[in-house]
Amino acid sequence: MDTKDLKNKVNPKFFKKHQESLYQALEDKHTTVEVLDSEDPLNTKMVLNMGPQHPATHGVLRLVLQLNGELIEKAKLDIGYLHRGVEKIAENKTYQEFMPYTDRMDYLSPYSNNVAFCTAVEKIANVEVPERAHYIRMIGCELARISSHLLWLGTMVQDAGAVSFFLWTFREREKIYDIFDNIGGHRFTISHSRIGGVANDLTSDAIAMIKDFVDNFPKELEDYHNLLDRNRIFFDRNEGVGVLKTEDALDYGATGPTLRGAGYAYDIRDFAPYCRYDEVEFEIPTRLEGDNLARYYVRMEEMQESIRILRQCLDKLPKGPVRADNAKQAYPSKDEVYYSMEGMIHDFMMTDTGICPPEGSESYHAIEAPKGELGFFIQSNGTGHPWRLGIRSPSFANLQVLENILDGEMVADTVIMIGGVDPVMGDSDK
Amino acid sequence: MELELSETLQPVIDGLSENYPDKVIEVYQSSGDTFVRIEVDANIEICKYLKEEHHFIYLADILGADRFTSEERFEVIYNLVSLRDRQRLFVKVWLEEENPEVESLTSLWTSANWLERQTHDMFGVNFVNHPDLRRIYMPEDFEYYPLRKEFPLLGIPGSIELPSSTPDTE
Repeated sequence: MDTKDLKNKVNPKFFKKHQESLYQALEDKHTTVEVLDSEDPLNTKMVLNMGPQHPATHGVLRLVLQLNGELIEKAKLDIGYLHRGVEKIAENKTYQEFMPYTDRMDYLSPYSNNVAFCTAVEKIANVEVPERAHYIRMIGCELARISSHLLWLGTMVQDAGAVSFFLWTFREREKIYDIFDNIGGHRFTISHSRIGGVANDLTSDAIAMIKDFVDNFPKELEDYHNLLDRNRIFFDRNEGVGVLKTEDALDYGATGPTLRGAGYAYDIRDFAPYCRYDEVEFEIPTRLEGDNLARYYVRMEEMQESIRILRQCLDKLPKGPVRADNAKQAYPSKDEVYYSMEGMIHDFMMTDTGICPPEGSESYHAIEAPKGELGFFIQSNGTGHPWRLGIRSPSFANLQVLENILDGEMVADTVIMIGGVDPVMGDSDK
Repeated sequence: MELELSETLQPVIDGLSENYPDKVIEVYQSSGDTFVRIEVDANIEICKYLKEEHHFIYLADILGADRFTSEERFEVIYNLVSLRDRQRLFVKVWLEEENPEVESLTSLWTSANWLERQTHDMFGVNFVNHPDLRRIYMPEDFEYYPLRKEFPLLGIPGSIELPSSTPDTE
């Protein structure tokens, strides 16, 4: 197939202009892959459209690949199939009302998103959070990290050809869901964090479940290592695939395990500690190779570090309130709402107007979500609604990296590279 | 307002006001973050200076904002990170409502590509010399800019053609 003048050859059924410009962009893309023969006598060239309904694209990612035989000459990504306009929605909601929407962004680690949003609002509105709430948030974040990495592990290994593995990692995720169910009353979209603290304290039951998980999970992790670390098939599929150099990683804007797998130890928990990450000890796993295998090791070691952080949090967990005791800043406790007039009024005011950061202030706060730096930029005009709420999502940054490293790879590795950067479309499409 | 700058950020701000006295409009702080507003035509020059002289080698984000004022309505904010000094610096430019245009930063950071496309898609800001300035979330056929303040929350009915629900029957 002649890959010139693509846009006139395809006849799209809808979004005509969009499809045409996408194919035009693919044609125009400057690439460094050398193509030996432009005549193409063997007819090996083709343009492959992958997604948005492809099961291996982890959602609704669409890739347009120009192939020469099995080699990807150049690739373009098309995102936005899950665009819901959460930034626009945020401008029309109070801060607390918007918080559940963040659950639905990176739906594999809702707890991290809640914490990211609440800490950002607390920063701009100067809310003091009690010690115990900080520790509960850290426990939630680390559990979310393990849960997200477990899903990545299951699906990535499945992309590499092993199906049963997926079931084992999901068995562990199930335990985390049970813990979340006990913590906040929801298994999936927890919405447990509140501006000024968390919704409710951990029950002794929940703490026992977390302790149980922390004790048993390292054994499972070891089993995963035993299965994969010497697995010839797994190695051959991952080693040297999707290599990202350190300077390229910074230039392309890689974040999270993708960046750390490429050799730069940039972790917000260490770069600008939030919650009480400066009071716990942990390492930042880093690899220099920058290939898919390096990302695998980084994430596996991160899970180990998360367990370590969880242990320290459980040991240090201070006693005290879990939400700021200030009616202008945080919801009063339900005891107050049901049994006192003032509590009722405060509850109503928090729901109706909400927290109002100072007029004209703006701030940015980021946390280390399982996928990378998740930041919220807030501009306030003094009312209970944000004037502008910008979201810096890690999957978006990592997908851009993917577009740049796909060129020159084999088409069979596409799927495993998507698995390697671990995108969540709800996160990148906002 | 007095600036409370950290030890590592002080030389950056000093260097900026020394080298670009006409280009830096204001430096201010809000909630602990430092913002530098500069002239529109100096964005490449200043970002290059920050990248090369002060090690702001990581571009974390490019954000647009609609200030909804009659003059200099749009705002583009660059979120720069210095990995060496563990600092964040926000550089912003204000753009006119009619034909908001600013030079693209893709020559400095490849990552500016998608970030600028996102701002272009949501606010209609044109980035000059951008290699591939297409919309990123909305389809190319869409004519509006959703994050501008005049765009209604419910959207504009009929503004986008939906795929046929029975695609096999033509």
